[in-house]
Amino acid sequence: MGVAEVAERPAEAGQRIPTVIVDDVHVVYRVQGPGTPGSGSPVAALSRMLTGKRTPGLREVHAIKGVSFTAYRGEAIGLIGSNGSGKSTILRAIAGLLPIEKGGLYTAGQPSLLGVNAALMNDLSGERNVELGCLAMGMSKADAKKNSPSIIEFSGINERGDFASLPMRTYSSGMAARLRFAIAAAKKHDVLLIDEALATGDARFRKRSEARVRELRAEAGTVFLVSHNNQSIIDTCERAIWLESGEIRGDGPTADVIKEYQQYMNRK
Amino acid sequence: MPDTAFADPDAGLSPAELAARHGLGFAGTRPTLGGYARQLWAYRHFIVAYSNARVSASFSLTRLGRLWQVLTPLTNAAVYYLIFGVVLATRHSTPNFIAYLCTGLFIFVFTQTVAQAGVASITGNMGLIRALHFPRACLPIAIALIELQNIGASMLVLTGIVLLTGEPLTWEWLLIFPALALQMIFNTGLGMFLARLGSKMTDLKQVIPFVMRTWMYGSGVFYASSLFAEHLPRWAAVIVEANPMLVYIELIRHAMLENVKLSSTLPHLWLLAVVWALVVFVGGYVYFWRGEQEYGRG
Repeated sequence: MGVAEVAERPAEAGQRIPTVIVDDVHVVYRVQGPGTPGSGSPVAALSRMLTGKRTPGLREVHAIKGVSFTAYRGEAIGLIGSNGSGKSTILRAIAGLLPIEKGGLYTAGQPSLLGVNAALMNDLSGERNVELGCLAMGMSKADAKKNSPSIIEFSGINERGDFASLPMRTYSSGMAARLRFAIAAAKKHDVLLIDEALATGDARFRKRSEARVRELRAEAGTVFLVSHNNQSIIDTCERAIWLESGEIRGDGPTADVIKEYQQYMNRK
Repeated sequence: MPDTAFADPDAGLSPAELAARHGLGFAGTRPTLGGYARQLWAYRHFIVAYSNARVSASFSLTRLGRLWQVLTPLTNAAVYYLIFGVVLATRHSTPNFIAYLCTGLFIFVFTQTVAQAGVASITGNMGLIRALHFPRACLPIAIALIELQNIGASMLVLTGIVLLTGEPLTWEWLLIFPALALQMIFNTGLGMFLARLGSKMTDLKQVIPFVMRTWMYGSGVFYASSLFAEHLPRWAAVIVEANPMLVYIELIRHAMLENVKLSSTLPHLWLLAVVWALVVFVGGYVYFWRGEQEYGRG
């Protein structure tokens, strides 16, 4: 791979402090689902029970195949790659939400994942979801209450009337995504993992959230960003990691990696 | 390929040594048993908020809303009374059969709903589990809390039924509280146990309704529990009388109703209630904790 060594911002005393170390990590999904035709029939299921064979519907998907890298304090790292290349999977593994099959994964503190599918409760109002989200991130009750107004303001869901008191199922997808981002960004994180969360907002919100990402980095954290929007990676990250089919194809300064990635995608 | 560039003082260190040098923790390590309990305590507000949220979400599309917490046990009681009290006329053998039946039914449903919801508490919340970091035992515990709210509403209905059928209000009614507390501990343990089992055996969810129905018939809900001693061989009667659900039902019946024939002596029942609560709670907690790292998969 032709990318030069990681261009780093000078940290104190020239020493860089690692926050995430990923060492030859493998992640395997075990998917239970309708597999080969006919295997779902009751007769087939009964014969499996009698013969003690494993469900053919149980399939293994080797999503991450030996990925290694080290992230340092104050870095913003963009993860790029085509759909299904394992970007979201590696983020979930770093966040400790998905068990790894093999390898070592070390993190400073508890990384937080912020994704578009961060499940909040659609039948509840935005306000209740903000409270619930804050508590789920481990905030105290008083902190959750204190932060609520600023979270709702940051998300901008009240720009068109009082939406915060309406159930989330009435929100547009962009509004819901903005609220999720606002909740996650309310807490100071050592390591923040952002999965496509900025893509759904409008231009104004994107600007606000990019500013917030820079703030979080300045607070000596590390930010990972998954996006299919190369421009937003270039704007926020100085280092990029390119994943393809669960393996690293490139790791280095954003501009170089993105150039290679674009060449690869155009060749296809 | 990943020629990760290390800064000088760290050069040559293996990733594990580098992690140790900078105090990084292994992602997704299981906390100790005590540490897990402390985490759960730290998340107590989340557990309460989550269970309240679940309750209001489940009623949010109905017009009557939380009134259903009271209407559901009432309707249940009416249906069973119609079948067992009127059509089959079981009441002749038991004094105050309506109150007797409703007590057994409500207490059994308290555990039954925890079992049914508990078995799906991991598999049904995959989105939440993969998105946020919290001790997973919050989910089955929240389910036990939701059902505690429901049994509160049921007990109000039950008090009405019992008083209307002519039972006196006595000091013994206070025994309801320790009995329900023990059953709540039992339920929480059962919920945690089934949550992990259900996350590994996804077919369990389909089986649980039948298990619970069989259990219900073995718990003396519809007929006098003294029948067990009269009709079963000695060894079978001993097993059935140790049934935790029978124990919790009998304790509440003893507290609220006069002239109830108990299946065992009162101290024996209380002892069984305490032992069952502790064994199932500790067993369920340890069993669930051992799987803490597995829950995101699948």
